[in-house]
Amino acid sequence: MKDKKKIIVVGGGLSGLMAALKICEAGGDVDLFSYCPVKRSHSLCAQGGINACMNTKGEGDSIWEHFDDTVYGGDFLADQTAVKGMTDAAPKLIKMFDRMGVPFTRTAEGVLDLRNFGGQKNKRTCFAGSTTGQQLLYALDEQVRKWEVKGNVKKYEFWEFIKVIKNKEGVCRGIVAQNMNSMEIQAFRGDTTILATGGPGMVFGRCTASTICNGSAVSAVYQQGAHLANTEFIQIHPTAIPGTDKNRLMSEACRGEGGRVWTYKDGKPWYFLEEMYPAYGNLVPRDVASRAIYDVCVNQGLGINGENRVYLDLSHIDADYLERKLGGILEMYSEFVGDDPRKVPMQIYPSVHYSMGGIWVDPKHNTNVPGLMASGECDYQYHGANRLGANSLLSAAYSGTVSGPEAMRWAYEGERGSDLTDEDLAKAQQECVDEFEAILKMDGTENAHELHHELGDLMNKYVTIVRVNKELDYCFDEVKKILARWDNIGVTDTSRWANQEAMFIRQLRNMIIYALVVTKSARMRDESRGAHYKAEFPQRDDERFMKTTIADFDLGTSEPKISYIEFDHSLIKPRPRNYAVAKKEDK
Amino acid sequence: MADKKTVHFIIERQDSPTSAPYTEEFEVPYRPALNVVASLMEIQKNPVTKDGKKTRPIVWECNCLEKVCGACMMVINGKAQQACAALIDHLEQPIRLSPARTFPVIRDLLIDRSVMFESLKRIQGWVNVDGSWEVKDAPIQNPKTAATAYEISHCMTCGCCMEACPNVGTQSDFIGPAPTVQAHLFNLHPIGKFNKEERLDALMEKGGITSCGNSQNCVEVCPKNIKLTTYLAQLNRDVNKQAIKNIFNK
Repeated sequence: MKDKKKIIVVGGGLSGLMAALKICEAGGDVDLFSYCPVKRSHSLCAQGGINACMNTKGEGDSIWEHFDDTVYGGDFLADQTAVKGMTDAAPKLIKMFDRMGVPFTRTAEGVLDLRNFGGQKNKRTCFAGSTTGQQLLYALDEQVRKWEVKGNVKKYEFWEFIKVIKNKEGVCRGIVAQNMNSMEIQAFRGDTTILATGGPGMVFGRCTASTICNGSAVSAVYQQGAHLANTEFIQIHPTAIPGTDKNRLMSEACRGEGGRVWTYKDGKPWYFLEEMYPAYGNLVPRDVASRAIYDVCVNQGLGINGENRVYLDLSHIDADYLERKLGGILEMYSEFVGDDPRKVPMQIYPSVHYSMGGIWVDPKHNTNVPGLMASGECDYQYHGANRLGANSLLSAAYSGTVSGPEAMRWAYEGERGSDLTDEDLAKAQQECVDEFEAILKMDGTENAHELHHELGDLMNKYVTIVRVNKELDYCFDEVKKILARWDNIGVTDTSRWANQEAMFIRQLRNMIIYALVVTKSARMRDESRGAHYKAEFPQRDDERFMKTTIADFDLGTSEPKISYIEFDHSLIKPRPRNYAVAKKEDK
Repeated sequence: MADKKTVHFIIERQDSPTSAPYTEEFEVPYRPALNVVASLMEIQKNPVTKDGKKTRPIVWECNCLEKVCGACMMVINGKAQQACAALIDHLEQPIRLSPARTFPVIRDLLIDRSVMFESLKRIQGWVNVDGSWEVKDAPIQNPKTAATAYEISHCMTCGCCMEACPNVGTQSDFIGPAPTVQAHLFNLHPIGKFNKEERLDALMEKGGITSCGNSQNCVEVCPKNIKLTTYLAQLNRDVNKQAIKNIFNK
């Protein structure tokens, strides 16, 4: 019998849980680390649905078309073989989730209902009301709990990942993590480590992400040599409820179910998306819709009452239908805003939502650091320059089905070099202890949360919908100043028990360093593609930039070194992306 | 309400699981649509009490701020609820915050709810699929039953119902409304129901459904409006039927 392998999975969202499940099924053990009980992971904020070609609506939908929509929607920057694998697997994943008990919304005949979503002409989005992410996450949480009872999964909930431990050959063989209550810092051995830590939304301060989506773990491994890819591609979701604490997402499913976006022009409602993009109307992809809303509000000054807001209108749709298809989020809007979207149009504005970029991985989700893998939103793999709505739950779940088995393969067959000695573990642990002790002694004048607020304001202002090189240069300098000011933070909580502030200070430094990567990567890409738009360079430039941006950490300056590499686009030839007319497939 | 300049908080604090609680008062600048979590975030930026005394920021748990993750449950003006969805405009001042003491307090408003997740193991809260691999088409489901399942599956393990239930606590070993009702969710599923007997047997044991005192508090506080008492009653009937069956099968 083969010896037992232990895989470390950091992050218990959809991707981490899917990977954990696959590892258990392959006979491995999992140490699962998470900031929170995994059932509270950010995957549960996904609302509208998950794409899969089920073809149950008589539209002749095909997997190829899902594939083509995804590549076209991503403006030809996604690895095509990887995307093909994902779209091929999608219908099987849906059946798996169905068997696991996800309460998908059903037709009268009892099969899964499908809805429309942006950038796709066919109904292809499976959904559970408007809480699809919550329901998918719970299903995997339940399955992993079953393995926990069997003893194959050990959960480290309320533990924060600090860094990976490499052996002398440079292979990742373990991690250091900290108990968020006792503050105990401990080193762990793992045969393979998978990071599934989600997106970096908090780098932008206010966004649709959960407070735990800070990109800190990603930044930490980047500073240890893992390459980041395409981080400049930040998805701005067109329809969020602006808030001072966070922008709350208002699902694309609203438009999928017939919602219309408009504002007043010359005293009359102007359905500008329908006018600008007659073929797709309100269901253009997110980057296109966000830019249109930005243009209408900022350039044309036509936002509601002169503010940066437009209407998202469901009030013409039957109330019972809305309740069945969108219930959860309409309740949320009523609760946080006070108006009933069944009766009056909602007021929305674009918000930072998702990162297409992340840790560079190969088609099996290995990073350039041997023994370290990345899976889910924290990797860069499936969405190119823009992600289609309802493809994120798919990529999260699918990537776990790839990374989990690959982690086991690596554990048995990889060139792992020497084992970590007890001294290696003690040394790695002590480094993190020293660093934490230094944080507890910080007595400068800056408040970490204020500094984070400033970082978010900068990034939101300069590195979102419209980017200008001069402004990106300015932003980069300002973020560097914030990095310098980090040293002057004064800690207000010196307790050694559940000290959230000290942990936040450590996370903040990682966030600032990640912000430098996003800003620099955006500065270097002189073209417009998907979510990355520069007025100075409004066209896509395939010759120079149909390449993956790679960021490599420079220890001396704490800045990224940017380079470009080729990627696999062997299946579909690039063609101009234009949502004013119906997409023509290129087989 | 919009003319209010500041919001007054009285917060029950506790430095560690074993230390004595104390209160501190804070004033936070008012702004429209302000909620309790956003107020706590303001205090983080400048942790100074109402009397100008420097203090440590409040410790609490939050993630999504959209009332879907369940993390930020605390007792606000006497009622267990999600702090992110507790809008200042709807609360009487001074606003009193305290930890949900049905659960062990870790620090300040941060509590340990691991008991709820443990209970989900006890009721076998999963559908016992053979594996994540491809088997065949999933069974067709009655859309009405699926709609009921959808309602129960909104439970975010926040613990409001546990805090409100008079039978959950040190005086009883009742596992509480939320984990109990989850058993019904899996019993509704066409594959999940194959393990219905095991789940009902688990609910017959100590701390199971017989510990429910039918006080009906849970359904009043559930932030997801799950008809907890309806499903508790259904489970009670199922458990009784199962108990009789068990007698004849012995």
